[in-house]
Amino acid sequence: MQAVKYARATSVDEAVQMLRDGGDVARVLAGGTDLIVLARERRRNIDLFVDVKHIPDLTGITYATGQGLTVGAATPLYQVYNHPDVKAHYPALVEASHVIGGTAIQGRASLGGNLANSSPAADGIPAMIALGGIAHTAGPNGARDIPITEFCTGPGRNVLEQGEFIVTLSFPDPAPRSGSAWERFIPRNEMDIAVANAGVYLALDGDTVTEARVAIGAVAPTPLLVPAAAEALIGKPLTDETIEAAAAAAKDAATPISDMRGSEQQRKHLVAVLVKRMLNQAAARARGDE
Amino acid sequence: MVATPEKPTYKVIGTRPIRPDGMDKVTGRAEYGADVKLENVLYGAVLRSPHAHARIKRIDTSKAEALPGVKAVATNADFPKPDAGSIDLGEGSANPVWLSENMLAGSKVLYHGHAVAAVAATELHIAEDALALIEVEYEVLPHVIDVREAMLPNAPVLLDDLRTNVRAKGADTPKDVPTNIALHMRIEKGDIEAGFAEAEVVIEREFSTSQAHQGYIEPQNGTAFWNRDGQLTIWCSTQGSFAVRAQCSALLGIPESRIKVIPMEIGGGFGGKLTVYLEPVAALLSRKSHRPVKMWMPRADIIRATGPTSATHNRVKIGAKRDGTIVAAEVNLAYAAGAYPGAPVGAGALCALGPYDVANQRIDGFDVVTNTPKTQAYRAPGAPASEYAVEATLDELAEQLQIDPMDLRLKNAAKEGGTNSAGQPWPRIGAEAVMQAIKNHPHYNSELHGEDTGRGVALGFWFNGGMESSSSATVNSDGTVSLILGSIDIGGSRAALAMQLAETLGLTLDDINPHMVDTDSVGWTGVTGGSRTTFAGGWVAYDLGEEIKKRVVERAARMWNVEADQVSYADGTITGPDDDEGKPRSMTFKEIAKQLQRTGGLIAVSATSRRNTQGAAYAGHIVDLKVDRETGKVTILRYTAIQDVGTAIHPAYVEGQMQGGVAQGVGMALNEEYFYDSEGHVLNASLLDYRMPVANDLPMIDTELVEVPNPGHPYGVRGVGEAPIVPPTPAIRNAIYDAIGVRMYSTPMSPRHILEETLPRED
Repeated sequence: MQAVKYARATSVDEAVQMLRDGGDVARVLAGGTDLIVLARERRRNIDLFVDVKHIPDLTGITYATGQGLTVGAATPLYQVYNHPDVKAHYPALVEASHVIGGTAIQGRASLGGNLANSSPAADGIPAMIALGGIAHTAGPNGARDIPITEFCTGPGRNVLEQGEFIVTLSFPDPAPRSGSAWERFIPRNEMDIAVANAGVYLALDGDTVTEARVAIGAVAPTPLLVPAAAEALIGKPLTDETIEAAAAAAKDAATPISDMRGSEQQRKHLVAVLVKRMLNQAAARARGDE
Repeated sequence: MVATPEKPTYKVIGTRPIRPDGMDKVTGRAEYGADVKLENVLYGAVLRSPHAHARIKRIDTSKAEALPGVKAVATNADFPKPDAGSIDLGEGSANPVWLSENMLAGSKVLYHGHAVAAVAATELHIAEDALALIEVEYEVLPHVIDVREAMLPNAPVLLDDLRTNVRAKGADTPKDVPTNIALHMRIEKGDIEAGFAEAEVVIEREFSTSQAHQGYIEPQNGTAFWNRDGQLTIWCSTQGSFAVRAQCSALLGIPESRIKVIPMEIGGGFGGKLTVYLEPVAALLSRKSHRPVKMWMPRADIIRATGPTSATHNRVKIGAKRDGTIVAAEVNLAYAAGAYPGAPVGAGALCALGPYDVANQRIDGFDVVTNTPKTQAYRAPGAPASEYAVEATLDELAEQLQIDPMDLRLKNAAKEGGTNSAGQPWPRIGAEAVMQAIKNHPHYNSELHGEDTGRGVALGFWFNGGMESSSSATVNSDGTVSLILGSIDIGGSRAALAMQLAETLGLTLDDINPHMVDTDSVGWTGVTGGSRTTFAGGWVAYDLGEEIKKRVVERAARMWNVEADQVSYADGTITGPDDDEGKPRSMTFKEIAKQLQRTGGLIAVSATSRRNTQGAAYAGHIVDLKVDRETGKVTILRYTAIQDVGTAIHPAYVEGQMQGGVAQGVGMALNEEYFYDSEGHVLNASLLDYRMPVANDLPMIDTELVEVPNPGHPYGVRGVGEAPIVPPTPAIRNAIYDAIGVRMYSTPMSPRHILEETLPRED
């Protein structure tokens, strides 16, 4: 561990000011489940933690039909996956937030933190991409609305400027006959990091796909939206063939590395398996089969 | 479930009382090394090698020493030159020069994470800041990780002076050239050539296993205070307080009588806490600073620099008759020792064919140094790798011969009257009883349902340890007994040893108060390891009980004015001849205890046992599993562990040992491995990426205790802790074949490695 200072912000403006004053050795502290580990292992030079989880805008969940969902960036995950409206309309978000860390971690970790940490293998990000999420930020140069598909730029890197942080995440209301699903593959059954993951959203008119978003993770420097997978589905009936085509598109889009967590071949293979499984799952939800 | 019908009637043995140390442990009140709090304490941190193999050309610690708050810096140069010879640890021994260089590197670093220097400072973060100020100039050398590569003549040599110790009759292994092969050993029985000539089927297979870490949750820790009178006190987490004392004495060059080791509670060891790492370093820093120094190891350092078990590469050749009689077996074992010699290949060799009686056999073993952490004992050290190779080969042999795999094993079972691989005769053993119990078990005879499911079986053998243990006991005037133990309590030793004393004295467990004490307060006792503690400590408890009984009888005789041989002791009651009025003379243990002080004093006894009649342990496991062909992931559906446990003193703890062995064995089988990059760096030094099983990776592990009492123990105790880690790997491997028709020849059988076998090859 390194010696660090701690400051608690109570408003967005105050946090912006503290971060501006703290310079490049100030870091936003929400749940701290990634950041404190980095500090303890001295992998980042940090002098000041600016704690943002006591800012009212950054915690809490609201949902309104036709308006969609807004989640405070520092809202702990257990509140996300237990929220009745999230459960009813955003099952992919429930599935992803349920497996990030164990119970104790889920009392602190947040979707905003998951996004800001920008791990290529982040569990929450493909789910948020598939659900069409937007990150609303504040910073020294004002507020921005950033589509989550455009948020990450590389492993641990993103579009946030120095002193800028995520305030809320918003998701559009899903179409009436739609479904979403998210899953990862891990060698163990829990407490593990994805070898590959996939989140999908699709809407149906009869058997025809009217909307689709397929996102994959841990198979490229950033989580990816795969437009080719959506194109393989939209306007077509959902069949084994179209699902296979979408899975093949996801496999083609994947550019994984081989490392200790998985080989290139294994990851490309798995991402197709997961996309196929998740499309079937989301379709079952869209049809009301589950 | 206990399978053996008849055994003596015991009152305490075989019951399941709550352990005396239980409540403190589950409420967090028990004191571990991290709980040691001393006035004026300093915190120590260790600088570790960024290279797998390098010569240290220069170390400059002056900037670190100048940092405010830093009170001492130590390097290997601060150790006195160790004496030649070895340190006897009670189970195994240590070479003091290599041990000293593993504490703090000498002229070379031999693995990524090798300790180089240590700092003590007033705050831990200051000590860590100081590490960055230590300048070390390295000359990076070529390195070697793989055991077979390390054996090649052109491999980088780790230890310039190392020559092969050849203990293999007839072998032409060179003895006088620089090498990484520390030992070539051979054990032989019968006539191997004649055996294979007789064989109708011969099968030969090769297997490799990955390094696996013991994975104890409590980190290594040590606090030391070297006072100005030259007396050293050490608080630490260890499996053997006397082993810590012996190692520190040899490394620090001070007499054992000047060192007091206070063993704190231990949060797991599994063999990894027999050796010292931090204790002598904290002592050096304390001697320099004249203040107590506390150290504990970060998890990454535990994985990089404390002992995993050996990575191995093994070859098995078995010849059999068509009826399944095994007539010859040849086993070749190459075990990576890590940075310094000492891989458990000798134990692996003795265990390889342990469950079987094979007339003609030859087992060769190689102990090979590699640029990986110095391996340490890990639960049945050496046995899982060698027995995996044999058990997997037997599964293929059974298939070839179209014989039920248990029938094949039963046909060749080791039994009383036969001899082990070293040619020593077997006493009463439970190999056959365990094999029969598998065959009779409902699990073995159940139908297997579902697609891609499979069943596997395997046996496991461990010879167990005997060695030396000491204890003392005092009879208190209220009739309770204080039992002072030299053994470290890892898996319930306080309860298991107190229960044996209670049984001997005819008292209840509540009457016995067991205590784990420091090295100044009890006689010399070997480590808690080798599955020896309940056996050897039980012998001592029995001897103490018998001595107390003898003295109580003598006292009663004196009180009653009769001859001692007229007085008897049974079930906690002392009975003498009828008195002059014809009334029976009788006192309970509690009644006489009240009168001891007035009739010649309280009774205090001590005893030491050094018996090697420990008796071998056999385990047999059945596993059902499912393989997801699309992902390569194995899910265990049902697991049954059967074991000859001699006599289960506390059956719940015995079952816990069996289940714990399975849990670790499943980890080794499915996911645990070390990843090295091309420069020899350990990449997965965290519990996230070093994948031990978590709770929901394991099914309920059913147990069945077979009790074939050990004839070498008053209560029939056999060690139980180690044998159960042996069968999981081969049982799982055999079940994977049954499920999807794929034979795996290396561990771990992770999703990645299974997919490598099942996916079409890509070039």
